[in-house]
Amino acid sequence: MSQYDILIIGSGPGGYVAAIRAAQLGLKVGVVERAYVGGICPNWGCIPAKALLRSSEIFHYIEHAADYGLKAEKPGADVAAIVKRSRGIAQQMSQGVGFLLKKNKVDLIWGEASITAPGKVKVKAVDGAPKGWLPAGDFEAKHIIVATGARPRVLPGLEPDKKLVWTYFESMVPEALPKRLLVVGSGAIGIEFASFYRALGSEVTVVEVMSQVMPVEDHEIADLARKRFEKAGMKILLEAKVASLKKGANEVTATVELKDGSKQQITADRVISAVGVVGNVENLGLEALGVKIERGTIVTDGLGRTNVPGIYAIGDVAGPPMLAHKAEHEGTLCVEAIAGHHVHPMDKLQIPGCTYCHPQVASVGLTEKKAKDAGFELKIGRFPFIGNGKAVALGEPDGLVKTIFDAKTGRLLGAHLIGAEVTEMIQGFVVAMQLETTEEELMHTVFPHPTVSETMHESVLAAYGRAIHI
Amino acid sequence: MPIKILMPALSPTMETGNLTKWNVKVGDAVKSGMVLAEIETDKATMEVEAVDEGTVAKLVVAEGAADVPVNAVIAILAEEGEDVEAAAAAAEGAAPAEAKAEAPKAEEKAKSEEPKAEAPKPETAKPEAPKPDAPKAEGAKAAEGERIFASPLARRIAKEKGLDLKSIKGSGPKGRIILRDVEAAEAAPKPAPSAQPAPAAAPAGKPAGAGDETTLKLFDPDSYELIPHDGMRKTIARRLTESKQTVPHFYVTVDVEIDALLALRKDINDAAPTADGKPAYKVSVNDMVIKAYALALKAVPDAHVSWTDGGMLKHKHADVGVAVSIPGGLITPIVRKADEKSLSAISNEVKDLAKRAKDRKLKPDEYQGGTTSVSNLGMFGVKDFAAVINPPHATILAVGAGEQRAVVKDGQLAVATVMSVTLSTDHRAVDGALGAELLKAFKGFIEKPMSMLV
Repeated sequence: MSQYDILIIGSGPGGYVAAIRAAQLGLKVGVVERAYVGGICPNWGCIPAKALLRSSEIFHYIEHAADYGLKAEKPGADVAAIVKRSRGIAQQMSQGVGFLLKKNKVDLIWGEASITAPGKVKVKAVDGAPKGWLPAGDFEAKHIIVATGARPRVLPGLEPDKKLVWTYFESMVPEALPKRLLVVGSGAIGIEFASFYRALGSEVTVVEVMSQVMPVEDHEIADLARKRFEKAGMKILLEAKVASLKKGANEVTATVELKDGSKQQITADRVISAVGVVGNVENLGLEALGVKIERGTIVTDGLGRTNVPGIYAIGDVAGPPMLAHKAEHEGTLCVEAIAGHHVHPMDKLQIPGCTYCHPQVASVGLTEKKAKDAGFELKIGRFPFIGNGKAVALGEPDGLVKTIFDAKTGRLLGAHLIGAEVTEMIQGFVVAMQLETTEEELMHTVFPHPTVSETMHESVLAAYGRAIHI
Repeated sequence: MPIKILMPALSPTMETGNLTKWNVKVGDAVKSGMVLAEIETDKATMEVEAVDEGTVAKLVVAEGAADVPVNAVIAILAEEGEDVEAAAAAAEGAAPAEAKAEAPKAEEKAKSEEPKAEAPKPETAKPEAPKPDAPKAEGAKAAEGERIFASPLARRIAKEKGLDLKSIKGSGPKGRIILRDVEAAEAAPKPAPSAQPAPAAAPAGKPAGAGDETTLKLFDPDSYELIPHDGMRKTIARRLTESKQTVPHFYVTVDVEIDALLALRKDINDAAPTADGKPAYKVSVNDMVIKAYALALKAVPDAHVSWTDGGMLKHKHADVGVAVSIPGGLITPIVRKADEKSLSAISNEVKDLAKRAKDRKLKPDEYQGGTTSVSNLGMFGVKDFAAVINPPHATILAVGAGEQRAVVKDGQLAVATVMSVTLSTDHRAVDGALGAELLKAFKGFIEKPMSMLV
């Protein structure tokens, strides 16, 4: 029997960050993991996907070497090597998480956990325990944090089969490049894989049920993105849905219902189902304990507390947005609240989102539509990359920074970026929002020259009719 | 050398004041004795007179600024021959204030819209020396040299909504005031900035009971109008709450016959000499009550006291506070040494004090202190009531209406004009029997009014 202050189920970005924070606060903490140390993010999500996309990006640049005055003969892509690199990075990151947990003296328990009663966790043995992890058993903890993450959503008729119909797991480790690829869903996961495979030469069709690609993004940015995807050769069907799939020996024919009600047959070698993720709420004993679950995720109060005292939930399993950085922050808040710190739930409007398609898309806060629906009177600034020297020098003149301000107060309501390196730039606006700056402070901020980030400054100026380079 | 005009201490206890009005503007020539500004304390509005001569170079504290600490720089005068702008700039070291914050903004706006147009110069500030962000702290606090930590957005919204950042509790990191705090403050309206109680008194000022939010929840938002408290209302709330919570009140009531007193009053008033057709005095029943009460206190000196933890203060002079109802509240100007004054003197003094109280022109030393008070609601037909002691007094006399009542005299029913009075005493200082003794003495003076005149 072990006695913990906090026992965390799941070692993903929510779980391991919560564990380390708890250890920093001097709490005795354990983490239970059943499959991937560090969770999906470093193993089968963010990180290996970025590794793949880096390969396709460099491939893209080599293909366009002549644009930069360079000669590169017949570039080719070695899918096996690309995947190997990606897996190596995933392994490195996963081991890194294990190392950090050990360094912080977090007890690591291998197995599948369920909560048998408040304060009591039973861990069943499963295979694959890494070295140094504690075996299964019964554990006790004053506080139990469920950080079990999410898994791909399965739509009826679109069930993944690991061979022809892929989820992100199979998409991450292709044995060969599918000649024709059908991607269902144009959220971050779908559109990133679509970009990756398209860049390497696959014929890619994206089917999206909503009226824009990347439905959570600002419509203007999404429209620009769609045009760029189409220019790159992607076929995009909006307000369309896959009615049925007919599998052949090594190909799939999808019947796609279009906006006008007509049907189209699309034959592809592989299908990627990227229709969202659902929380891992099952087999944890939550139902028996009466933990409230709505729409497949655990209901919490914003500081991770469920309706059952002593049981907490963070990250994907605690509801959207299902993003690693949201999980990390939620885990930190949850642990600090347990430790008696005075913390406030995070403002979900200040959680940025980044998509590493080509061009990249990054955003934070309200879209123009949502801001209007919320009743704000808006001042909107737009600044295109063509007006930025660094972007043009990079050969990346296509891009836009859109900023949305409350006309009454100067509050930055949202920022939406598309173009090169915008995923590294959005943070400037996130800090601005967190510190509650108004347009005035942003205008008075000196942005370094020459950087693409100057487009952020210009966009703010543009919202007030003061942009210089346009 | 530029001359700094400081926030004056209008009374020994004053720590802050509200600058309600500037009577001068930048560029005005100032002569000694000229009224520069009006300052509001918790009870009175007073004028600030110029001591030095010069030209107004800068108004450091904006009109309407609340809780400006005593001795804070409120304005800068340029001496004769001195350049006004230079003086203002030289005095720049003085903490920037709200008035200034407007300046760079106005300039910036002008720039953005019409690059060539000359920036409008707000008369209260000097756009040439803008410190674009620094002067954002609002007046009072900045003058104290303290900094309020608040997000830019919180500052801007608080300013637009007229909320005083000082009255808002920050919930951000290290108490930083952020948007949600301002929104919360707005949702549960707090007193307007000009209505801050003096900080020294604030800790005791929090009335017990339900919070604003709880109270407001009980009513439909459209069903009421919320009037922000002014300084007087808050002082009343604070002092009387404090009194009822800390002073053990004890009440003694007695009926007094005033027929003789009324007759004497008539004689006195009939005998008043006239000047320009107006009588020199017109003594009221209340004036006679004040005199009788003052004499009673002298006669029962053990009841003429104030409680302190260290010992009993036995007062030597009957300084009688007279509760005066004025629009928006009440104030208790004091008739000093009422025991020694003639009825006509008391009468004229009360009239003068009451008039100036209504104009809120009393000086602090005219309403602070006192050894007891009289509150009279007789003119409203009130028969009898009990008043709340105004600490550090140990007593207050509540006076009802004089009315004809059936009384029994020598076994016979008779009609007499009777007035009920109730004495509230601080039981720590004046016990029941002592209070009764005081009332007995009072009754004696009222019923045999000639005794007051000898």
